[in-house]
Amino acid sequence: MPQQKDTSRNVRRRIRAIEEPAFKGKLVIVEGVDGSGKSTQIRLLEKWLRHQHIPVFFTEWNSSQSVREIISKGKKKARLTPTTFSLLHATDFADRYERNVFPLLRAGYVVLADRYVYTAFARDVVRGCDPRWVRNVYGYAVKPDIAFYFRVPVDIAYERIMRGRPKLKFYEAGMDLNLSKDPFESYRIFQGRIVDQYESMVESENFTVIDGTLDIESQQKIIRQKVVDMLLGHKEVKYIPEVPSS
Amino acid sequence: MTNPTRQQMYQPIKFYAHGIPYLKDDKIRGRLIVIEGPDASGRSTQIELITSKLEADGHAVVNTGLKRSELVSEGILLAQQSHTMGKRTLSLFYAADFADQLENKIIPALEAGYVVLADRYIYTLMARAVIRGLGRRWCHNLFGFALVPHLVFYLDVDPAELVHRVFLKRSSLDYYESGADMGLSDDMYESFIIYQGLLAKEFYKMQKRYGLVIINGNRTIQEINMDLQKRIDSFLGSGSNGKLGL
Repeated sequence: MPQQKDTSRNVRRRIRAIEEPAFKGKLVIVEGVDGSGKSTQIRLLEKWLRHQHIPVFFTEWNSSQSVREIISKGKKKARLTPTTFSLLHATDFADRYERNVFPLLRAGYVVLADRYVYTAFARDVVRGCDPRWVRNVYGYAVKPDIAFYFRVPVDIAYERIMRGRPKLKFYEAGMDLNLSKDPFESYRIFQGRIVDQYESMVESENFTVIDGTLDIESQQKIIRQKVVDMLLGHKEVKYIPEVPSS
Repeated sequence: MTNPTRQQMYQPIKFYAHGIPYLKDDKIRGRLIVIEGPDASGRSTQIELITSKLEADGHAVVNTGLKRSELVSEGILLAQQSHTMGKRTLSLFYAADFADQLENKIIPALEAGYVVLADRYIYTLMARAVIRGLGRRWCHNLFGFALVPHLVFYLDVDPAELVHRVFLKRSSLDYYESGADMGLSDDMYESFIIYQGLLAKEFYKMQKRYGLVIINGNRTIQEINMDLQKRIDSFLGSGSNGKLGL
């Protein structure tokens, strides 16, 4: 058979084939307000998947090395506007996405993300950015295979956070929104508004809701079962672990 | 008695798409004039000349440009030096830098009645991103918070002439201004010519949508300046010589 000629059209076609995201991996993410217990759960899930020899990659919000320093510098000066605040976090996300999430999904990893685009959808909109604008900024990001949303009443989440950490940072408390002069009161109102945003996405973004008031073990069991169900419908993963019955 | 010049009349701010919903004051008195064009096209020389002329005529002028925000300009420089940042990450970084300048410098100056002369604006950022494969619509919406300038000039210079001017300026071709990250050619000179050609093509595509006024930049500094100054004076509409009616 004659070899295909190296015409520019063929080259273009081959490049397109490379760029086409034929994902072999799976993306599982967790969302919820601070103190909802999501980080604890995804860490447990990660440990378990690793133990089962499944290739796993873990990534979390606001953790890209190169962008993080600049964000923390900007936050110290407290001169971030809702738009720059949003764009800096979008830069952090893009860096982790281009560097890790996208290539690893294509390589067949199970990628676990502690917070994903929905954190931006919730926070930036509460801060006053246009919801359509924020969704466009993250419009290139692949949809997760499972998006766990940890539903917890604001007061419980608030109390969990207050138990461990008596000080609140400026942006964390939403002080830039002028909700209240008292950081604690501001934080409580801010978190409440974020919960409203999350709740409005449950249907449209197909969240798998986890009752964050259950004990840690019960939550983890539900999560593992959901992940196994998802992996079972997935040919690339050869070894599917069993969820031990308690 | 003279009629109030256009310069003194309040106008509502116009945005490209979603705008800045949380902006309280949306009326401006000043005017935003943008000069776009490739590296070594003579933008900064022209801006200097125009600034002096406008100031001599009694206008208050503020200069602005890309990569000048305190917030992220340093980070962008670092990122460029290490060549490790993805194209989308870099685009978002630039967008954050631009947003910072827009909200903290351009808009306040316009509200106060300044003529803001911008050395490059969102068009360069969009052109760079689009020729690197990021979608046009994504880019347009990303900058949906940008103000529509009153005047946008694009200094169009033939790539062959540009190379000449770059060498006069600093005797070497810049990595990014040559598009070296795109792998267009192993030869830096050839890469520069191809890259600048692609950018120019993109600017021509943007001409209609964004109302760019294309200025023949192959002429002498004086010729270009006369052309620009005439257009700016007639826009500002302040008397026969652009002087305030004092």
